[in-house]
Parts: sequence; C-alpha cells; structure tokens
Amino acid sequence: MTKPSQHAQDAHDTRPPPRPAPGPFPDELDVPYLDGEYEDGNALAGPLSEIFAVDLTAAEGRCTGCGTTGPIARLHVYGPAPGLVARCPDCGQVVLRLVRGGDAAWLDVRGMVSLRIRIEG
Amino acid sequence: MAIVSRGFHGRRQPSEHRLPPGQYEVRDFPVLSAGPTPRISRDTWEFTIVTETGARHSWSWPQLMALPAEEPLVDLHCVTKWSKFATPWRGVSMDTLLGDVETEADYALVHSYGGYTTNLPVADLLDGQAWIAYGYDGEDLAPEHGGPARLLVPHLYLWKSAKWVRGIQLLLQDEPGFWESAGYHDYGDPWREQRYQGD
Repeated sequence: MTKPSQHAQDAHDTRPPPRPAPGPFPDELDVPYLDGEYEDGNALAGPLSEIFAVDLTAAEGRCTGCGTTGPIARLHVYGPAPGLVARCPDCGQVVLRLVRGGDAAWLDVRGMVSLRIRIEG
Repeated sequence: MAIVSRGFHGRRQPSEHRLPPGQYEVRDFPVLSAGPTPRISRDTWEFTIVTETGARHSWSWPQLMALPAEEPLVDLHCVTKWSKFATPWRGVSMDTLLGDVETEADYALVHSYGGYTTNLPVADLLDGQAWIAYGYDGEDLAPEHGGPARLLVPHLYLWKSAKWVRGIQLLLQDEPGFWESAGYHDYGDPWREQRYQGD
C-alpha cells in the first residue's frame, strides 16, 4: 500500500511499507505519486448528511490497510465526480466511496473495519 | 481568404459530431481523479495481459514502441456529462496486442498503476475499437491524462478508458471494477445513457 502524497521515505518515516496489491499485478500499488489535489474529510459532511441523521465526520474508523484509527474528517477526499473517494491519510488505501446518481446513493466502506459513532446518552 | 462574419456562425460546432443524450460539449480537457496521480517511469513501465489460464504476455516500453502505431481521432464522452470532439491520439491497437493471445475469455478487467480497475467485454477491445494510447495531440501523454499510457475505448464512457494502464486480466466471468462496484453501470454505453446501475 502506498501513500498518496510524497513517497520519499526517510529515517523518521514510520509509515507502513507498501503492501502488494491482490490479483495478477502485485506491483501496481508500489509506485510513486505526484501531489494530488484533495480535500479533508469534512468535505463528506454534506453528502453523508443526505443519508445519515448524525454527523459522521467526527466518527472514528479503522483503516483495513494499515490499521490507522482516526476521524472521517482526517481522510483525504478526491472528487466529487464521478464520485467521492476518501483515502487513508497514512497508507492511501481507499476507505470510503460515495456515488450519488439518479434516485440512489451508493456507499462503499469496505476499507474500514468499523466506525465508532459517539451518541449522546 | 473567405470573408466570414463570425456573428453568423455563433459557437463553433463541428457538424460531423453528435452528442449522446444528456451530454454537452467542452473545448478544454477536464481531469477527474479518484486519487493521486501515479508517476510511472518508462524504464520500469510494463503492460501485461493475463489470460484465464494464468498465461502472461508482457510488453516493456521499447517493445510497445516497436509495434505499429495508429492515430485515432475520436470523440470522448465522460459520464459526468461533458463530451470532447475530435481528440487526436497515438497508440497501439488492442487488436495487435491481443492478436497472439490464446483465450476463451469473454470479459476483461483492466488494472492501472495506483490500483484503479474497470471491466468491459473482450469484444469491446477488438475490431479497431480500443488502443493503448501513449500520445495526445502530438505530445507524450501527460500524467494527469493517464501517461505514460492509458487504455482508450472511446465508444464507452471515459471511465472505461483506464489511465496509467498496467495490464488486462482476461476472465471467464464478469467482475466489476472500481466504479462499476460503486453504483456505475457495468457496460457504460453513452448512446444508451448507461450511467448508473439500472439505467
């Protein structure tokens, strides 16, 4: 798994090393990247509010790629078209995808182990 | 030189081009991305077709350059509703690359550097319909548009024309790619406006 921004690792870099991609091309993720334009996870607040009653940007999720735990607001969000793609800020794995089209929304969170949502008691 | 009042022409509109339903024309070349742009060196670049039996057919950059090149002039149609007419590409036909590949597969899953995938029928890669494109408008294909090389399948919505192409997996059963597994249409014909699942 690779990190989306700069990839020149130094001695202080504690990021996990890239993991091979599943499938026939294990080297496809092990590449450097140019800086990309993204927003933080707060960009998901509006689109997710169309689906959920609570603000999920403060909810904490765990990345299935590297185990990093953090709020949705920390994710790096690309889009909005063709859909919103939220990536782990530490390993670059896709954590969440949200496509809004026609009369439906598609939400894919397979990059997240779980989501801890604080609820007022 | 003909004297023509621009006012009578209004917006320049190539008459030989048609817009699929729901599309509008653009003159620039928008860049949409689902992640950061991979920076792939031609020294290490490789394109590989993997058949359903696991047989691999690979081309390095010099080997790709040694193949006959074509220069398709095609219209592009993005599912986000923009279309761009008469885009000039340079690349190798998928007919050439698949020519010596023995396969019974009907489906293809295209893989890109960076992890992107997209699926389409093998038939849509053949008969002069698809290329591995490495040049655009007389220049090397820029990274933001998929360079060093991308798949070009202009008769389908542009998300099928995978940027930064790494290889193609030939499959006996259809397997949805990155956007196809998140609500977008499995086939993506712009003339039938197949944008989302169920269209």
